[in-house]
This record gives sequence, C-alpha cells and structure tokens, in this order.
Amino acid sequence: MKTVLDDLARQVKLRPDRPMFSDERETLTFSDVAARSDSFGSALLRRGASHEPILVFMPRGGAMIAAFFGVWKANCFYVPVDAEMGESRIRSVLDRVKPRFAIADDSATALLAACGFSGETLDANALLSEPADPAALEAAKEKTLDSDPAYLVFTSGSTGAPKGVVGVHRAVLDYAEQITKTLRADETDVFGMQAPLYVDACLKEILSALKCGSSVVLVPKKLFMTPVPLVEFLNAHRVTALCWVVPALTLISALHTFDAVVPQYLKTVAFGSEVMPPKQLKIWREHVKARYLNLYGPTECTGMSCFYEVDRDFDLGERVPIGRAFDNTEIFLIDENGSRADEGEIYIRGTCVCHGYYRDPERTKNAFVQNPLNPDYPETVYRTGDLGRRNGRGELEFLGRRDDQIKHMGHRIELGELEAAAKAVDGVDAACAVFDREKSVLGLVYTGAIEKTALLNALRSKIPEYLLPKRTAKADALPLTENGKTDRKAATLLLYK
Amino acid sequence: MEQLLDILRELHPETDFETETRLVDGGVLASFDIVMLITRIEEEFDVVIPAKDIVPENFNSAKALFALITRIGEQDD
Repeated sequence: MKTVLDDLARQVKLRPDRPMFSDERETLTFSDVAARSDSFGSALLRRGASHEPILVFMPRGGAMIAAFFGVWKANCFYVPVDAEMGESRIRSVLDRVKPRFAIADDSATALLAACGFSGETLDANALLSEPADPAALEAAKEKTLDSDPAYLVFTSGSTGAPKGVVGVHRAVLDYAEQITKTLRADETDVFGMQAPLYVDACLKEILSALKCGSSVVLVPKKLFMTPVPLVEFLNAHRVTALCWVVPALTLISALHTFDAVVPQYLKTVAFGSEVMPPKQLKIWREHVKARYLNLYGPTECTGMSCFYEVDRDFDLGERVPIGRAFDNTEIFLIDENGSRADEGEIYIRGTCVCHGYYRDPERTKNAFVQNPLNPDYPETVYRTGDLGRRNGRGELEFLGRRDDQIKHMGHRIELGELEAAAKAVDGVDAACAVFDREKSVLGLVYTGAIEKTALLNALRSKIPEYLLPKRTAKADALPLTENGKTDRKAATLLLYK
Repeated sequence: MEQLLDILRELHPETDFETETRLVDGGVLASFDIVMLITRIEEEFDVVIPAKDIVPENFNSAKALFALITRIGEQDD
C-alpha cells in the first residue's frame, strides 16, 4: 500500500452507502466521495498535471476533502486554502508555491484573482461533471511512490513568511494506523470535526473515516460561539468522538453549558494544540463519561505524535501530561550539552517526520537536523523547539517553548508573524507582539502615526482572525532590553496602561 | 452601558459597537472570543450568564447584550 487511497477503495466495497462526510450543504457517502475524487483526479490528469502542487480553495466541507483525494489520484499534492487565512497569508502561499492549477468554487475564484493568482483556476463544480478516466488514474497510481508529497500545509513563520510543511504519503499511512489505534475508531463512530481543512489537524477524522469506516460530521464554525446549540448539534448527529482544540472544549465547560444540556453519545474526547486547564478537564469528566486523550504533536511530524489517556484527577497547578509517543515514533529529550536527558528540548524521530519546508532550505536546515545521538549514518529528526520533561511516572510533560512561538485559540502562532504584518501597514514604525499567558491575551504594542482603529482595520483583511491582537497599545517608543532587543515583558505592561 | 462598551472595545477597538447589530452573524466576534467576553462581563457586572442565553440574538449588538445583563441582574435581586 503506497497511499491511504487503498483504504478508500476498501471502504467503498464494505459500506458504499454509509455517510462519510456531512456538512451544512450536503452529505457524501463513501461511494460519492470516491466517485468525486475520480472526477477531480481525471480532470487534473487531462490537463497535464503531474507530481505538482494543486491549490484547493473551496468551502470547508466533504467536497473539498474529495478534491484532496482527487489530487492524490492525479499523483499530485494538495495545498489547502481558506478565506479565513486572510489575504496576506494566501498571497505568501501563492508566492512560495506558484501553483499552475487551483481547484476553486465561485466564491474563491474572485479572492484568488485579488491575491494575484496567475495559474489556471478550475471550477470545482464543472470538474465534477467530467467523466472519470480509469486508465489514466491507474497509470498515475502506478507512478506514485509512498515517499511522494501528499500535501503542503502552511504554518506561522517567525519572520512573517509562513512555512509550507511537506507532508508525505508514507507518514500519512503511518499516522492513519497510529491515530485510529489511539482513538479506537471504528465503523460505528461519528466524529464531530471542529478543525479547519487548511491545517493537518483535520487528518484525525479523515483518516478514521478512511481506515475504519467512521462517519465525519463537520461542525459549522459559527456554532463555536454558542455552546448550547453546539452540544445540541452533537446530540442531534449522535456524535461519538471529538478531536478538538482545547478552547473549543473549554467553550462548553467554562460557560456552564452542562447545566442546560449534556452530550449524550460521546465515547472519546481527544484534545490538543494547547495546555488543558485541569479545572476544565474536571468539569468535562464530571459530566461526560468518556475516554479522554491529551494529544501532542507538531505539524512537521504529521499530525499528532504523542498521547496520554487521562487516568486520574489533576489539581489546579498540575500539568496534564502528554504521555508517550505513538507506536513507530520515538520522542527524546536533549539537554543543553546535546545529550539525552529527562528534561530538555523535544526531538521526534520516525516515519512521521515530514520532508521539511517547501522551497525553504534555510529554515528546513534549522529544524530538520541530524539525530544528535547518531554519529554513524545520516538520520534526519525533527527538532521541535518545545521543551519537555519526564515526570516521576515516566510520562512526558510539555513545559513550554524555547522561542517566541505561542499557542492561541487553537492555532500555532509566531509573534514575529504578527509583528511583520503590523510593520507592513503604512504609518507603523515599529511593532512588538506580546502574549500575556496569565490572561491568555495576544497583544500588540507599536509606534507610528497611525491610530489604533485604522491599524486594526488594516490588519483585519490581511491576517487570520486568530492572529488579530486582542489588546493594542500605541507607544512613543518600544521598551528595549540591555542588549538592545525589544523587551517583550516590558511591552506587555504597556498594554494595560 | 458604557462599562459594557468598554469591554467590547477592548476586544475589538476597530468596531463601532453602538451601531453594529451583527456581532455574531457578521463574524465581528471571532470564535472563542465569546469565552473571554463572558468571563469579563461576569466579573464586572457580578452576574452569571446562563449557557442557554448565549445565542446570537443576545450577542449580535451591544444593546441586546446590555438588555440581557440587565434582565439577569434583575432576576438575581
């Protein structure tokens, strides 16, 4: 097996009529998804696409996922884009990738043109009416290697330019095996998907459907503002499993939702992307009897790499561990001397490690490094920049970052990206992004002629909404440290003046 | 009302909360903003907003939100 597409073929034989993906517009069965992906794949091959990045810019839904599979069927790799990413992020993706083809729907076509897309835009609906070409699909399948790229997803970069992580088919195959085993996914599960499709987080649900025949219901984004309708939605769709970012789960527990309504069918509640506050975990466990899993892993190692199944209560100041590595993955800690230790920087090794950053040798070299414990032959491992330790029980714990990367609203953010976006606005002279961990507030301190309101309005159309500062302060000068660097700690205090 | 407007402006200084009537439906408030907003309101106004009242109708405008806070405050007294 070279790609997870063989799983799709297997599921179509086993359960052709079971819903695979449901969204606000439509429900697609396993055979619908397979047929659509055949159309997409054949259409791309007909236009000469081969072993190249294909932009996919459609509304979040089953049809978009079918397009991902279609891109694979054409022996290409998908680059998912969403309006939510904001114009400047989309522009940087286009600049870096320069794709020849984009699969887009009506609403996306105009935005792509506005972002300066110079390739050919293929209308998603029109492609679906094109017939499948079984011979061409078979030939493309034969040419595919399991070491070929599967996707490019972009993640925040500290200089402002996002990094395109090159996901690989064999890592996706491995992840399908490990994540479904960890979640204990099966053909009776209904996943309520919260993740957007332009990040690798959506693979958990997609792979559970492919590998185990689970159904996936895409939870509308707007429900993540109204906790009672959100839980009612889960009950109406008999959702059994959640893999959500921490803020999505705490939205429910922190707002007294369980007084009004409780999820009825949940068996599995997995969370990740941020540290789970013990208080919120306690509220969940008191009201919903399910398996709780804390997942950890960087995009560079294909989804999640590590898990902890909650087996005890945690006091307020305690850390919920990230547990242990998935099967076929090793996580090790390296101290300042470059030796293996019980506390240090987290390194990851295994098939899960992706091919680096797209057209970005410099930043690839810094993060994808020779295994410091192996002097004998080339072995690339991923250096996460996360700090961890092993606790007395042998479980891994996440301690924080060694740089300015933060996790906020379920997204990975480099403070440098917000600073670069702010500095690009006319009227801003200098900018310093800060994160107040205590209050979980992302802030921006800047100098320049522009007023706060105008600056925020300018930023709004350019950057993803989760990157917008929640507090902004204009200063006469940015505070500096003794070494002449911007003093983020002092700048944080300016936010509250 | 001024107190509420201050909390809202702190979150989104670029929005005119006195006229905006589609805070939720129009996507002015980001997903997960709501937790921070409600926590602040509960602290400042010393009320508990029941989850069932967290619906777009009550959060689409500063006016509707203020009416909700007032209503809850009166029930508590």
